[in-house]
Amino acid sequence: MAILIDENTPVLIQGFTGRIGTFHAQEMIDYGTNVVGGVTPGKGGATHLGRPVFNTVKGAVAETGATASIVFVPPPFAADAIMEAADAGIKYCTCITDGIPAQDMIRVKRYMRRYRAENRMILTGPNCAGTISPGRAMLGIMPGNIYSKGRIGIVGRSGTLGYEAASQLKMLGLGVSTSVGIGGDPINGSSFKDILVHFENDPDTDAILMIGEIGGPQEAEAGMFARDHMKKPLAAYIAGLSAPKGRKMGHAGAIVSAFGESAAEKVDILKGCGVHIVATPAEMGSTLMTLVSGAKKVA
Amino acid sequence: MDIHEYQAKELLTKFGVPIPRGGLAYSPEQAAYRASDIGGSAWVVKAQIHSGARGKAGGIKFCKSDREIEDAAETLLGKKLVTHQTGPSGKLVSRLYIEEATQIAHEFYLGFVMDRGSERIMVVASAAGGMEIEEISANKPESLIRVSVDPAVGMQQFQAREVAFGLGVDPDLVSKMVPVIMGTYRAFRDLDATMVEINPLVITKDNQIVALDAKMSFDDNALFRRPHISELRDKSQEDPRETYASDRGLAYVGLDGDIGCVVNGAGLAMATLDMIKLAGGEPANFLDIGGGASPERVAKSFRAVLKDKNVKVLLVNVFAGINRCDWVAKGVVDAVKELNITMPVIVRLAGTNVTEGRKIIDESGLAVISADSLGDAAEKAVAAAKKAA
Repeated sequence: MAILIDENTPVLIQGFTGRIGTFHAQEMIDYGTNVVGGVTPGKGGATHLGRPVFNTVKGAVAETGATASIVFVPPPFAADAIMEAADAGIKYCTCITDGIPAQDMIRVKRYMRRYRAENRMILTGPNCAGTISPGRAMLGIMPGNIYSKGRIGIVGRSGTLGYEAASQLKMLGLGVSTSVGIGGDPINGSSFKDILVHFENDPDTDAILMIGEIGGPQEAEAGMFARDHMKKPLAAYIAGLSAPKGRKMGHAGAIVSAFGESAAEKVDILKGCGVHIVATPAEMGSTLMTLVSGAKKVA
Repeated sequence: MDIHEYQAKELLTKFGVPIPRGGLAYSPEQAAYRASDIGGSAWVVKAQIHSGARGKAGGIKFCKSDREIEDAAETLLGKKLVTHQTGPSGKLVSRLYIEEATQIAHEFYLGFVMDRGSERIMVVASAAGGMEIEEISANKPESLIRVSVDPAVGMQQFQAREVAFGLGVDPDLVSKMVPVIMGTYRAFRDLDATMVEINPLVITKDNQIVALDAKMSFDDNALFRRPHISELRDKSQEDPRETYASDRGLAYVGLDGDIGCVVNGAGLAMATLDMIKLAGGEPANFLDIGGGASPERVAKSFRAVLKDKNVKVLLVNVFAGINRCDWVAKGVVDAVKELNITMPVIVRLAGTNVTEGRKIIDESGLAVISADSLGDAAEKAVAAAKKAA
C-alpha cells in the first residue's frame, strides 16, 4: 500500500477541458492512473480524452464512483471547486492551482469541518505539484518517470524541489512509496504533520523525507510530532537559508514574519526533536541512503 | 502589497475608524497650506514610506508654525530614510502627510494578522502602544491579548469588548472602542488584507479614540478582485529590479551577489541560492519563472536578471514538470542570442523532455556550460563568478 492514492483509486479531473487540465490529464492517463472522468461546468455530456465530462462533481461521483479528484480550476474559482469536491463525497483531493486568496482557503478549511472526521475529505495543496504513488498512480503535474517505486515517503511544499529529491533517490537506487506535495501557500489543506501520520501508519514506507521552507509553524509542529509519535526515521531539508527577513520568496507562504520561521531556526527546532537534518539540497538522496541502510543494520 | 500610512487611514476611516485631521503634501508650500487648512496650533509632518519605525529614523517631526513645517518638509522630501525595516539603502520620501497634533492620554497597540497556526484572522492587542510588536513580544509578552475569529460567523461584539476591557479601556469608553475594533476587522476581511496594524491607537485627553498611525498589507493573490487596492501601489517604494520583474509576472527578490539565477519553482529557487552560498558564492537574486513557462517568459526572466548590473554569471536551473525542458532550452538559446549575452551561462536541465532540451542547447553553437546536477551547477557558477571577479 502507498498512501492517499494507488492504481485502483478512481480519479476525477476538475477543470478537465482547459489547456492545462487536458495536458496533465493525458499525462496521468498515460501513467496508468485510473482517470474515470472530469468536471467542467457547462460541458457535461461531452467526451474528452475518451472520458465522460460532467457538469457537477456530485453528478460525476454518482456516475463513476470517483473517490479522488485533482483541481486545475483558476484561482478565483478554485476554492469553490474544492468545496464542491468535499460536498460530493470525494475522499482525497489535491489542488494544483497557484494564486488562491488566503481568505478563500480559510473559508475552505472551515467549510470542510462541517463533515465528521471520518467523512471529511483530505485536501493537499493548493499551489502544489500533486501526489504520486510511483508505479501505481499519479495525481499531479510531476514528470512521472523521475520516480521509481520504493519505500521512501516524501512530503514537501515545493514541486520542483520534490522532483530534485526523487531524482537524487533514483540515482542511488532508492524508490518512493508516495510523494505528497502540500504546497507553498500560507493556508493549506494538510500540514506536514497530517501527512507524516499517514506515512507512519503505512507498512510500505520505511523512512520519510520532509522538504520544508521558511515561513509558518508547520515544520516545527512536524518535528514535535516526530519526536513524540514516530518510530520511522525522518530526514528534513529546509530551503531558504539565504532568504532575507520579511521578503516573500516566490511562494505566498515563504516569508519569515515571526520568530521561529527562518530556515536556521527551523533547523534548530528540528534538530532538537531528533530529526535528521539534510545539510545541503544536493544531499537529500545520500542522507536518506544513510538512514535506510542504518535502519537495516539495527534491524 | 504594502501601502502608505495616509492610504491605510483613508481606507480605515471608511470602516468607521476615526483618524486625526490631515492631508497630503508634495512640497513645503503645500505642507504649510495643509496645516492652515487643518487649523490649530500644532502639527505633525510625517514622511510617507513603506516602513515602520519612521519616528526613530527622523521621519516624523512636530511643528508649531508655518516656518517649522516648511523646514521639516524641506528636510524630508527627497531624502532616503533608513530604518531597520528598509535595509541600508533606505526608502525615498516623496510624499508627506500633515496631521493635527494629538493630545495623548493612553496609547494601545491594535493589530490584525492572518494566523497560520490557527488558520484564522487573529486580533493581537496590547496596552503597551507605541512600541513595535517585536519589542512588545520580547519585553512585555504578558501584555498581549489574542482573540481568534471564527471564519464562519466573523468577529463578534463580545470579542471586541474582551479586547477593549483587556486593554484596560475606561468602561465608559468601551462602547466607543468596540466599533473601532469591529471596523478594523471588517476592513481586514473586506479588503483581503494580510496585516492591519494601528499603533498607536490613542485615547485623547478629551476622550476621543483615534488611529494615530496605520499600516496595512494585502494578499497579492486577492488583488484581482480588489482593483482599488492595486491602484494604491507606489512603485517608488520598491526595488526597481523587483518592479520590473513583477510588472512582467515574475517572482523576483533582489539580493547583493553576482550570480544571477533563473530557476523554476520557488523551493528549487531557494535551494539553488542555498547551494550557491554553500559553494562559497553570492546569489544576485531569487527568481521563480513559474509553471508553464514559455520561451518568451524565459527571455523575460533573463532581461529581468540582467537589469542588475552586478550580475557576472547566469545560472539557469530548471526541473521541468509543468513546463518542458525543450521550451526552456529554446528560451535560453533565444535570449542569449537576442540579448547578446557574453557572460558565462550555466544551464542545468532535468525532467520532462530533457533530451530534447539538451539537444537544443548543444546544437545552438553557443558557449553555454551545461551542468548535470544541482551541486555541479552551483560549483560551476561559483567558479565562473570567481574567475570573472
